Amino acid sequence: MYKIIEKRDWHPTICEMWVEAPRVARKHRPGQFVIIRIHEKGERIPLTVVDKKPEEGLIRIIFQKVGKTTWELGTFQPGDYIADVVGPLGQPTHIEKFGTVVGIGGGVGIAPLYPILKGMKEAGNKLITILGARSKGLLILEDEMRAISDELIITTDDGSYGKKGLVTDALKELIDSGVKIDQAVAIGPAIMMKFVVKTLEPYKIPCIASLNAMMLDGTGMCGVCRVTVGDQVKFVCVDGPEFDGYLINFDELMSRLTVYQEEEKIALEKFKKEHPEIFAGVE
Amino acid sequence: MAEKKKGLNLNRVDMPRQDPKERIKNFNEVALGYTEEMAVAEAERCLLCKKPLCVEGCPAEVKIPEFIALIREKKFVEASRKIKETNALPAVCGRVCPQEEQCEEKCVLNKKGAPIAIGRLERFVADYEAAVGAVEKPEIAPSTGKKVAVVGSGPGGLTVAADLAVMGHEVVVFEALHKPGGVLVYGIPEFRLPKVIVEREVEYIKSLGVKFECNVVVGRTVTIDDLMEKEGFDAVFIGVGAGAPIFMGIPGETLKGVYSANEFLTRNNLMKAYLFPEYDTPIKVGKKVAVVGGGNVAMDAVRTALRLGAEEAHIIYRRTRKEMPARAEEIENAEEEGVIFNFLVNPVEIIGDENGWVKGLKCIRMELGEPDESGRRRPVPIPGSEFIMEVDTVIMAIGTRANPVVPMTTPGLETNKWGYIIADEETCKTTKKGVFAGGDIIRGAATVILAVGDGKKAARAIDHYLRTGEW
Ligand SMILES: Cc1cc2nc3c(=O)[nH]c(=O)nc-3n(C[C@H](O)[C@H](O)[C@H](O)COP(=O)(O)OP(=O)(O)OC[C@H]3O[C@@H](n4cnc5c(N)ncnc54)[C@H](O)[C@@H]3O)c2cc1C
Ligand SMILES: Cc1cc2nc3c(=O)[nH]c(=O)nc-3n(C[C@H](O)[C@H](O)[C@H](O)COP(=O)(O)OP(=O)(O)OC[C@H]3O[C@@H](n4cnc5c(N)ncnc54)[C@H](O)[C@@H]3O)c2cc1C
Ligand code: SF4
Ligand code: FES
Repeated sequence: MYKIIEKRDWHPTICEMWVEAPRVARKHRPGQFVIIRIHEKGERIPLTVVDKKPEEGLIRIIFQKVGKTTWELGTFQPGDYIADVVGPLGQPTHIEKFGTVVGIGGGVGIAPLYPILKGMKEAGNKLITILGARSKGLLILEDEMRAISDELIITTDDGSYGKKGLVTDALKELIDSGVKIDQAVAIGPAIMMKFVVKTLEPYKIPCIASLNAMMLDGTGMCGVCRVTVGDQVKFVCVDGPEFDGYLINFDELMSRLTVYQEEEKIALEKFKKEHPEIFAGVE
Repeated sequence: MAEKKKGLNLNRVDMPRQDPKERIKNFNEVALGYTEEMAVAEAERCLLCKKPLCVEGCPAEVKIPEFIALIREKKFVEASRKIKETNALPAVCGRVCPQEEQCEEKCVLNKKGAPIAIGRLERFVADYEAAVGAVEKPEIAPSTGKKVAVVGSGPGGLTVAADLAVMGHEVVVFEALHKPGGVLVYGIPEFRLPKVIVEREVEYIKSLGVKFECNVVVGRTVTIDDLMEKEGFDAVFIGVGAGAPIFMGIPGETLKGVYSANEFLTRNNLMKAYLFPEYDTPIKVGKKVAVVGGGNVAMDAVRTALRLGAEEAHIIYRRTRKEMPARAEEIENAEEEGVIFNFLVNPVEIIGDENGWVKGLKCIRMELGEPDESGRRRPVPIPGSEFIMEVDTVIMAIGTRANPVVPMTTPGLETNKWGYIIADEETCKTTKKGVFAGGDIIRGAATVILAVGDGKKAARAIDHYLRTGEW
């Protein structure tokens, strides 16, 4: 059992928690994630370790409420327990001094991007960060990102904050302004990462992307997280979650994320019916 | 002791089973087990051979005639304890061992086609002992002050943990998943091995003082060197199984509707997807399911698919029925349940629709050629015999291999060319001092009883090492 120590609601649909998981906190490196199961009947879902305090045995998670499990986890309060937390899983990010690194984060993908960019900054890179959200209220970690970035650019789809537009627009502008970029890191919805790579392609700027595939065990035992990278099938949980953006078959990734769409809907509808109060006033 | 019958009794006592029409609608255990009368009647048939061939066939050297003699005397609890002297998991092994290739194959009465139903008797006495609440804790030796880490909680890990605890060592089992039991909980379905039985075994081992720490992926959460250098463990046993799924490498394997058997079975067994949406994990089974493979894993997957509501469930196997490695009883069960067997057929491509879902499986027909290294005749494709089966779900059950995470993170631990850990056959010693290994991770996918056997051997060797320091 893993105790929730602190909780913060960034938005009615975005939630942050500090959770007691001493072994994970000790071993975690940027880019790695945990799999959690919220209770005895729960499913196993992956969440990135956004930050940690090894001395206190704590890890920080930030999640977007998109389905039954994340909505239900959002109802947990400090003092409550998560049944299972296992990790750290996946390969740590390859961090080195590249020169100028551009980090591109979309939506809650900003959360997993944060530890990686922090690592990049600590390795001596110049860091330019582009964060995108649908609207101002959905933007997370702005202050923390600002603290580690040499330059921070914000875009919102509706123009309610920062520049109006998509992260790819801001990225294109940055490249056009003549900034020499040595390495890009993109994390967000698969479609965003796909278009970030498309934007970078003409300039041959290397880009790693972190994939949010479906997962079950997270240890290489089931294969549900498989994705085609170049001419090979890889398991995101053990070979990834980061891969060379140019080699990833994003269309396949997006397609595979829809396998359980119907069931996800059934589960969420059932949960809504049982707990209408949680959803009152939320779009 | 009951009087010995004069002539040979060749009437094997049948074990009652759920009706096939009923059982494909539920996940309850198929076999219902012997009654006392049946067990005694079957035991009466045994010749109590002086030189029991059956024992030679048992990898755990269970004292078969001795326990059968006790059944005749209706000393069922004593019979169970007799088995437990050499096999810690009789309720499990009685259900899942391939007896027809082991003890029952060697039984003298097999020549007459009616070997003693040793497996059924084994499960009967183990269940009896548990049902009457007679499970007894052995005496635990005084504490040795030594600590042993067991990595993985499959049958191998459970056995080594239990034995070492009895020998007076402090034992902690580290398990990657959220529940102990290994394949017994995530792989083998409820209808063949009820999970309460595994839970009962784990509770028993806990009662011996063994601690379980789940959610620890050794190699990621903690390394073997950490355990030995920082956490004070004097020895480590690695029993992580051979859990990585193998795909065929044919086109279409990333389509929606393609599963590894591990995924399909784990969703259902460990995560209880058959109870969705009461349980949160979903599973999808289409109308027509093809399971590729001919072993126990394939049988478990195809029978699970039927129970989840598949209208047609096929086995696709590249050899013939005779070569199928699955337990005979499970093949029969599958046949009774209406599984369709396609022999001498091998998939070459999975075909998808415009939305990325499986819509067909392209196969080629095979014929048997010369025998290969395993002695089985090698299947060879018949040119031009390709055909397409219309299916919407494909489950790959063609085997598993070693997961590299432990060897990769453990300097000094050597593996063979297939990635299995190299260990001494008699002692389970690896190439790293203080580290032992057994079960599927040293043998490749094998059996429960072989893992149990390794656990026994390793426990003795670890005890010796801890007491003498000799490597
Ligand atoms: C390595 C890794 C790290 C991740 N880190 C984070 C994180 O730090 N914060 C976070 O909020 N999420 C993260 N995710 C995604 C997260 O696991 C899913 O959002 C979660 O499983 C959804 O569960 P649910 O039951 O609430 O929703 P579901 O009912 O499973 O899904 C509801 C809706 O969300 C969509 N969805 C489901 N899974 C994903 C997914 N993996 N990515 C995008 N959309 C999805 C579905 O298509 C569906 O429309 C990560 C995923 C991976 C693989
Ligand atoms: C579906 C199926 C059906 C089968 N049917 C039969 C049958 O009828 N009869 C029979 O005799 N055999 C059967 N087998 C084979 C049998 O189950 C195995 O041979 C046996 O379970 C091997 O035992 P083990 O102790 O080596 O480990 P396993 O049972 O494989 O367990 C290994 C455990 O280690 C854990 N682990 C793995 N990596 C790590 C790590 N890094 N850190 C911590 N823990 C880790 C795993 O999560 C798992 O719990 C079947 C196998 C399958 C998959
Ligand atoms: S070989 Fe057969 S008949 Fe002889 S002791 Fe063993 S089970 Fe009984
Ligand atoms: S999640 Fe099961 S292998 Fe990656």
